Amino acid sequence: MGLFFLKRFVTLLATLVGASIVVFLVLEILPGNAAQILMGPDASPEAVAALAAKLGLDQPASLRYWQWVSGLVVGNMGDSYAYSSPVLDLVLERLALTVPLALMAMAITTVLALAAGVYAAARHNKLGDVGVMGLAQVGIAIPNFWFAILLILLFSVKLQWFSAGGFPGWTEDAGGSPLEAFKALLLPAIALAVVQAAILARITRSAVLEVLREDFVRTARAKGLSQRAALWGHVLRNAMIPVITVMGLQFANLLAGTIVVENVFYLPGLGRLIFQSIANRDLIVVRNCVMLLAAMVVVVNFVVDILYAVIDPRVKASDI
Amino acid sequence: MSAALSSSAPSPGWLHRALRHRAFVIGAALSLLLVLAAALSLVWTPWSPYEMDLAAKLQPPTGTHWLGTDAFGRDVASLLLVGARNSILVGVIAVGIGLSIGTALGLLAAAKRGWVEELIMRLADFTFAFPAILSAIMMTAVFGAGIVNSIIAIGIFNIPTFARVTRASANAVWSREYIMAARACGKGGWRITIEHVLPNILSVLIVQATIQFAIAILAEAALSYLGLGTQPPQPSWGRMLSEAQTLMFQAPLLAVWPGVAIALAVLGLNLLGDGLRDLLDPRLSRKR
Repeated sequence: MGLFFLKRFVTLLATLVGASIVVFLVLEILPGNAAQILMGPDASPEAVAALAAKLGLDQPASLRYWQWVSGLVVGNMGDSYAYSSPVLDLVLERLALTVPLALMAMAITTVLALAAGVYAAARHNKLGDVGVMGLAQVGIAIPNFWFAILLILLFSVKLQWFSAGGFPGWTEDAGGSPLEAFKALLLPAIALAVVQAAILARITRSAVLEVLREDFVRTARAKGLSQRAALWGHVLRNAMIPVITVMGLQFANLLAGTIVVENVFYLPGLGRLIFQSIANRDLIVVRNCVMLLAAMVVVVNFVVDILYAVIDPRVKASDI
Repeated sequence: MSAALSSSAPSPGWLHRALRHRAFVIGAALSLLLVLAAALSLVWTPWSPYEMDLAAKLQPPTGTHWLGTDAFGRDVASLLLVGARNSILVGVIAVGIGLSIGTALGLLAAAKRGWVEELIMRLADFTFAFPAILSAIMMTAVFGAGIVNSIIAIGIFNIPTFARVTRASANAVWSREYIMAARACGKGGWRITIEHVLPNILSVLIVQATIQFAIAILAEAALSYLGLGTQPPQPSWGRMLSEAQTLMFQAPLLAVWPGVAIALAVLGLNLLGDGLRDLLDPRLSRKR
């Protein structure tokens, strides 16, 4: 296990370094003079030069990259130009919304997908299977932001059960409460989850069907286990490898999806911060937020790799 | 694997099987509808999609305006027809970028193996860290919003997907005996790739292309919804939704039509991809 973990950890670090180089090249080197972008085309050359010096743009690119990355490691992301405050503070404040939103969406995705996938597999080629898979096919085709709009139309405009957007905050100091905050995140989480659940349900169904044909399932049934007990006790665990792979990729999609869905519901999360920072031409914030999201994607994939080995020891054995 | 595909035009038997495949027929019909809508919009639309008529704004569906009018009095049906053109343009170019570069890289990785394969696949891993919307956001942050930048960003996102799929399928072909025979005949890696490997992985690439096409339509719609994709006055389904969202209390139907159009287009392409996979590669269909 130790060697397997070490190899995966080295790959994780290499991917993070590679991703940081890509982000740095695209958002720091490609734009040319970042100070000019921040101040706009009408700024005087003197003002641009002064800001460039303040931002350290007169230093070599390799040194700037090193300063940025070493700052990231100790939690120093620099200062936002538009908000005049440390980027880290802005990011932490927004993550308090985005992380719970993504986790809620992932939880809803998992519950919906496993239930639908196992149900469809257990009724292979029967009406229940065809119906659930037909719904999943439609679910995959629906853009999450449109589904979000439809949810607002139904639950906010028509039934008036939820507000159409905004976030009251988690604490009473911020003017909200945990319950109100949870309620504000419920529709966005459902909007994010339904599309992903449709994809995962299909994967779950295929994986369960594949395992159902294995000899050990027949043995389990022969020794007297009911279909339900064999399904949940033996089949599902063995079908989890492809399911977890896709779940890892889906968490990345959920994080990226928050950028759009947060904008539909006017939620002050990380996605909306990125979007607003682009409008403000605040490339420092954009760079750090994009890196953070990319790092989350990479780390989730790393965790998935490790989970493989825990669930299926053959993965580890074949890897070493 | 794809003998039927690589050898010649589809046989009558293939066509017969295709017409009996429900997902393929529905998918092909919806995809054809998308293409026809786009083609029709080149020569005819019920009203001009650029013509504003504030006196006729926010009308419900009528005989004159089949799907009503938007906040500027523009005909929604006409906007949807022209929007189909936009979606196809984005899909074709973005998939074209991914297909050409990604397939070339995947074939190279499979043919060379060793450090070349390792390098290409690790590069693909790096780009996987940036979902389409994230790479598009980076592009627009640097170069500004617009359809060209969003197409390039979606295309770049497609490259690692095609590279991985190509490499995996090509590796399987390279291990076959007829490749060894071709080697024994003195054929080089380049010739084997073109003459034997590529034709045999074509079916996988076609299926992947339809899936990526659908993803490209969704990504473009999301970017246009955020205001980062197609810019006014060019009609786009994503931007129509963002405009409709501000009018949900006055004209809720405006937020329905563009979404239905996107969902039908994506559903059609996904079903077409599923159908083609079953028809072009019977081994895969048996596994499902």
